[in-house]
Amino acid sequence: MNASSSPLYAKRRRRNVITIALAYGATGFGLSWLVVILAVLLWEGFSGLSLAVFTEMTPPPGSAGGLLNPIAGSLVMTVIAVLIGTPLGILAGTYMAEYGRYDRLTTIVRFINDILLSAPSIVVGLFIYEVMVAQMGHFSGWAGAVSLAVIVVPVVVRTTEDMLVLVPDTLREAAASIGLPRSLMIRRVAYRAARAGMITGVLLAVARISGETAPLLFTALNNQFWSLNLNAPVASLPVVIFQFALSPYRDWQKLAWTGALIITLAVLALSIIARILAAQRKTS
Amino acid sequence: MSVAAFTVPNVTHTLSKDENLREKISIRDLDFFYGDHRALKNINVSLYQGKVTAFIGPSGCGKSTLLRILNRMYDLYPNQRASGHVRLDDEDILLPSQDLNLLRAKVGMVFQKPTPFPMTIFENIAFGIRLYERLSKSEVEDRVKQALERAALWDEVKDKLGANGLSLSGGQQQRLCIARTVAVRPEVILFDEPCSALDPISTAKIEELIDELKDDYSIAIVTHNMQQAARVSDFTAFMYLGELVEFGETTRIFTAPSDRRTQDYITGRFG
Repeated sequence: MNASSSPLYAKRRRRNVITIALAYGATGFGLSWLVVILAVLLWEGFSGLSLAVFTEMTPPPGSAGGLLNPIAGSLVMTVIAVLIGTPLGILAGTYMAEYGRYDRLTTIVRFINDILLSAPSIVVGLFIYEVMVAQMGHFSGWAGAVSLAVIVVPVVVRTTEDMLVLVPDTLREAAASIGLPRSLMIRRVAYRAARAGMITGVLLAVARISGETAPLLFTALNNQFWSLNLNAPVASLPVVIFQFALSPYRDWQKLAWTGALIITLAVLALSIIARILAAQRKTS
Repeated sequence: MSVAAFTVPNVTHTLSKDENLREKISIRDLDFFYGDHRALKNINVSLYQGKVTAFIGPSGCGKSTLLRILNRMYDLYPNQRASGHVRLDDEDILLPSQDLNLLRAKVGMVFQKPTPFPMTIFENIAFGIRLYERLSKSEVEDRVKQALERAALWDEVKDKLGANGLSLSGGQQQRLCIARTVAVRPEVILFDEPCSALDPISTAKIEELIDELKDDYSIAIVTHNMQQAARVSDFTAFMYLGELVEFGETTRIFTAPSDRRTQDYITGRFG
């Protein structure tokens, strides 16, 4: 009996066809929702996109206005969160990959970091509410920035460690072989070899926090006026979208769509930059 | 040629008397452990000033392990330890008080795979020089040029010193690594299978280079290639299962080995 007519082979082929069909079906099902979401977002968001969105404050219902104060608030809090979270994350990741690679402490820190990485962001918001907002007696931009930083740290720790571990040991040995102290080896050789990946990690962290609403609700709250005073409540895009989208006013809902589109485009831009950097890492 | 033979445990050393040899590194009663596994057993051997010593033997016999003790490279990893004595000139480099960075500046190493740093060709070499010497810009440039000339790479890269070291071919990268090692002005250079990733032409260049370098340094080379050992070395040590079976002048080891196992290995009967 030749192989192609064997009943076993025919059965395997049937199973193969079914499995492939299921895989395509599942992919198509998942992707189709994504396409619908993006299409609705583009449809609703683009029509509201105008210069006024970037130059005017959030309006009271029924008047014209824009999203300048939440855009500015989001930018400021994101930048501060990255400035706090990145050094912490990189230093911790460096310890885990370089100094403490074989230590028990690293295993423990990695485990806790993974929990933090997947902790619901509302928990982070409540935590910062307790330690900052409740202590200070009022909502503030600082509390918002710190809660976002708490989300940045585990992402950066993880990518820094992963990228440094990928740097081949032969490069570390080569650096040691000319008498390079470990600190210099890390700064001048390992960081340089892992740079693109580490920057990608920071960009991913930025993408992650730019859509976070829950931690900001409990910390920075919201502000309908122009204010960059970080000791007072500060507006942010996600919180404004949350508030406006749930409102009964048509013009507020419109602005919420536009805000959502702006965040999406910003995250898309960051992801593209991250991809380009990652591709550079592969070729270099 | 008068030949003197002396015996240390398990090893026959035969050296011709009329050579005026100076011991650069002396290894005595050396054991090495990966965790509980004893990878080297009672090694006794010497490296001589201005000579090339080849370490040959089947995979896993401990020759790379031995090389990595000479610059304490194993210290980068946990659960590895050496006991015994390794003297560089008069210092015992196995002492815990040994400054590892200074030791490694004195005992350079070239690896199996070329390992240029992710920086320019110029920086790859200048980096190590600036580490221990405060020099003016032009002095550094001179030293980089000298090192590249020494590694027979200058003519190929002099017009692109600003290019990334990784843009060079494998053979060029390996010579860049040799230049980087030489630039720090070591006293000993360890080669850990430096040609196993290279084509025959690049291999020939590296071998020529080793021959030129040996006047100024003590050189140890680990190789799987017995012809290479025969071509480049003055002394050869044959290792087997963590033991040093036989050590002596290369010509004698390859023509009249005194141990059965050495003979079997170099005639290709095992390994």
